[in-house]
Amino acid sequence: MTHTLPTRPPHAPPGRRPPAEGRPASARRRGLGGLAARIVLLAVVDALAVYGLLALAADRSWWMFGALLVGTVAVNIVYATKRHVPAKYLAPGIALLLVYQVYVVLYTGVAALTNYGDGHNSDKPDAVAAILAHSETRVPDSPVRPASVVARGDRLGLLVTGPDRSVRLGWPGHPLEPVEQPVRDPAGRAVAAPGWRPLTYSQIAGRQQEISALRVPVTGDPNSGSLRTADGISAAAYRSTLAYDRAADTITDRVRGVVYRPTSDGVFAAPDGSRLSPGWKVFVGADNFRRILTEEDIRGPFLGVLVWTFFFAGVSVALPFGIGLLLATVLNGKRLRGHRIYRSLIMLPYAFPAFLAALVWQGMLNTDYGYVNVSLLDGAHIPWLTDPWLARLSVLAVNVWISFPYMFLICTGALQAIPAEVTEAARIDGAGRWQVLRHIRLPLLLTAVTPMLIATFAFNFNNFNVIYMLTGGGPKDPDAPIEVGSTDLLISLVYKLAFGGSNRQYGMACAVSILIFVVVAAISVIGLRRSRAFEEQT
Amino acid sequence: MRSRLLLPAVLAATLLATACGGGGDGGDKNAAPAASGPAAATGSLTVWADDARAKPLQDIAAAFTRDKGVKVKVVQKGLGEIRDDFVSQAPTGQGPDVVVGPHDWLGKLVHNGVLAPLELGDRAAAFSPVALEAMRYEGRTYGLPYALDSIALLRNTELAPQAPASFAELLATGRRLVEEGKAKLPVAVPVDAKSGSPYHLYPLQTSFGCRVFGNKPDGAYDPTKLELDSPDCLRFAPWLRELGKDGVLSTSLTADIATDAFLKGRTPFLLAGPWDAATFKAAHVPFAVDPVPGADTAPARPFVGVQGFFVGAKSANPILAQDFVLNYLSTPQAQRALYDTGGRVPATTAVLDQVANDPMVAGFARAAQAGVPTPNLPAMDSVWADWGLTQLAIVQGRGDPAELTTAMAGRIRAKIAAG
Repeated sequence: MTHTLPTRPPHAPPGRRPPAEGRPASARRRGLGGLAARIVLLAVVDALAVYGLLALAADRSWWMFGALLVGTVAVNIVYATKRHVPAKYLAPGIALLLVYQVYVVLYTGVAALTNYGDGHNSDKPDAVAAILAHSETRVPDSPVRPASVVARGDRLGLLVTGPDRSVRLGWPGHPLEPVEQPVRDPAGRAVAAPGWRPLTYSQIAGRQQEISALRVPVTGDPNSGSLRTADGISAAAYRSTLAYDRAADTITDRVRGVVYRPTSDGVFAAPDGSRLSPGWKVFVGADNFRRILTEEDIRGPFLGVLVWTFFFAGVSVALPFGIGLLLATVLNGKRLRGHRIYRSLIMLPYAFPAFLAALVWQGMLNTDYGYVNVSLLDGAHIPWLTDPWLARLSVLAVNVWISFPYMFLICTGALQAIPAEVTEAARIDGAGRWQVLRHIRLPLLLTAVTPMLIATFAFNFNNFNVIYMLTGGGPKDPDAPIEVGSTDLLISLVYKLAFGGSNRQYGMACAVSILIFVVVAAISVIGLRRSRAFEEQT
Repeated sequence: MRSRLLLPAVLAATLLATACGGGGDGGDKNAAPAASGPAAATGSLTVWADDARAKPLQDIAAAFTRDKGVKVKVVQKGLGEIRDDFVSQAPTGQGPDVVVGPHDWLGKLVHNGVLAPLELGDRAAAFSPVALEAMRYEGRTYGLPYALDSIALLRNTELAPQAPASFAELLATGRRLVEEGKAKLPVAVPVDAKSGSPYHLYPLQTSFGCRVFGNKPDGAYDPTKLELDSPDCLRFAPWLRELGKDGVLSTSLTADIATDAFLKGRTPFLLAGPWDAATFKAAHVPFAVDPVPGADTAPARPFVGVQGFFVGAKSANPILAQDFVLNYLSTPQAQRALYDTGGRVPATTAVLDQVANDPMVAGFARAAQAGVPTPNLPAMDSVWADWGLTQLAIVQGRGDPAELTTAMAGRIRAKIAAG
């Protein structure tokens, strides 16, 4: 973007280009094209941004609005001027980083500070509405009557036809009263009354919220309840036991005489300890983290899972790498006949989708009916997946089976990339086979594969597929205070907290996710630092 | 520098202005359907349904669109996703107006405030009592039922021509066939090695008089009355252990293996639900469906799952949604169409009478009508896990059956109390 329209210094005489700024005509044309492309691209980006801003403003998502606005201004500053050349190259990457990484982590972090989960899934107005709707009960033995929604001016009313063709009309604050000379439809149902016009279906559809909220007292006595219509063509009498006082922000149970007040954990609670459901989402600060780290019921299983996750990830890197390296070294020699066929065969497990392989292994490891016990072990009944320690062993074994071909592939590539001259030189200097491997090939190989090993560690740290498909995290200990099994990794624990058997605890799951993020990020940073140091030494 | 900036800036501004206009229009268009007023379109409904329900729903929806001018969008979703997505999306206002699902979601959905109560009114008389009971939560009805499912006994009529009157008789027949070499297993009871089999074993358990929850005065389950460690349950536990010891129950007999054994004639009896009805019909094994016989003196009552339609509390079209569910999905024609594609036991008695000549449906219907609704309390989620794990432990003989049962009940009570 350095080729822009060359402009003349003001002091230059017209018609003559100063030689210092002279450029070939082709470059100028390219400059013009680049300029046009830049303007068009920027305009497209701005147009999309404006559309997004309008949509966000309509949705009242002011945080997102602000973020998009700042981003758009930043993009314009970077690309509309000639300055900030490095930023021009970095901006797209940074934008993607912000959208796909930073935003996700921040969002998870914010959710981790809330009690978002079952019973706390929305805001307070929703909770109040749900509590009040739930408290409305049909007046016992009251009938469901054909009804019509009618209007006078802006006011809505209900026209109810009784079994004896009697017709009564009422509107909010005005109990039902008999109507003379109603307009009836062919079925005999009253649809309009003098001064009240009927609503067409599309008018009803247009005023649905209003009609849903319409309550018409049956009589002057509040205990007889209020008529309400759910479908616009019938009505029944309901009574509510709860009332919300907006000013005091309390809900009163009129029957029991109890007052419910909002608490800091997002529910309406009475002094006697009873609570109204649902609650709403509130910020609970570092509560989730504190629970994970201090509450014995959670900390115990959490630490156990953490240790196992490290062990699982470590072994899942070390063992497949060892096997892969060994096989790669063996098959690297051209002397072995048919090494190409062997190589293809070794690649087979890698060709399977991992979750499918895990599922197949689950069937093969069945205690009484699995292939391993029935055919390979002659009818043994070894509980491969239902005994805690055997399950851990099985999970590891299957994961090694799934991942060693990848390591083999990587090692083969890395070994072949080591120039033959280097090893030859070592040989000439008198190094033995082992010494060549130990001092020449391995260090060169490790330099190449270390970032990949770190990535594999991070992957296995979060290897949800294998665990979920093979054991589902089990076998579970029935005595454990929270739902956690012997083979659960942190990530499957997160899944169980968020979507598993019992209560959905999204906030808690986010807190564990953040802890996983911290651990994986720390390991990656340390690992990459190390590998860089390694590189510099050699 | 200034002049260099000018041209791109002017051009960008021009384009931006054009874009603004376009963007503004787009915004208005988006806002139009939500705005209320006589000029607004009649509205539209979004229904979330699993794949088996999507097709008949589209036909019923077409009738609704024709009569009322309301567009209905049927979105096909995996049954497993519907509940969680509904709970998380409903508060944003982006959720569906109507969802299809089993009744045991009710407690969770109401607890999250995403369901609107339904007033069935006189329509209630058309449904079987167990279906209506299942759709009630804390005294209010929340769903319109359309199908029932429960565990029944599938019997290979070639191996066992007579329906056993009791589970003891069933076992005797099964064991005799195994001894004669005509079968490999006396009976196939599917057990999930990860989570046990409380659902399949419930008819046997209730025949001992052992229930999950006691009842409130109005007949609903009472979450404060967990009965899993009642004296009857403490009698059931050792009996279960005996079955495990004798190899009648095996924790590695998954549903797939059990079904396969039955279809290949390796076992005369299978405890199964109607989910694999198509597989059974396609198989060449001659079979009959009966309620599961009791193992003790009390009646054997399986859990009944009731499938139904629910209306979202935050639906933008509450009247239309209620109208569609109450007046279009409840009709005998609609209920029949739902039966025709799903093959489940109809919840409407009139439709059940129409299809009762199908022996399989009739068998499952008898089983379901003898059953009790699966509790729809949110507390049930805490119950399933511990209950199943304890069953696994009992069957495998990992401890004293009575002690395991008592400890389980204690844990479940603690979890329910903790909320």
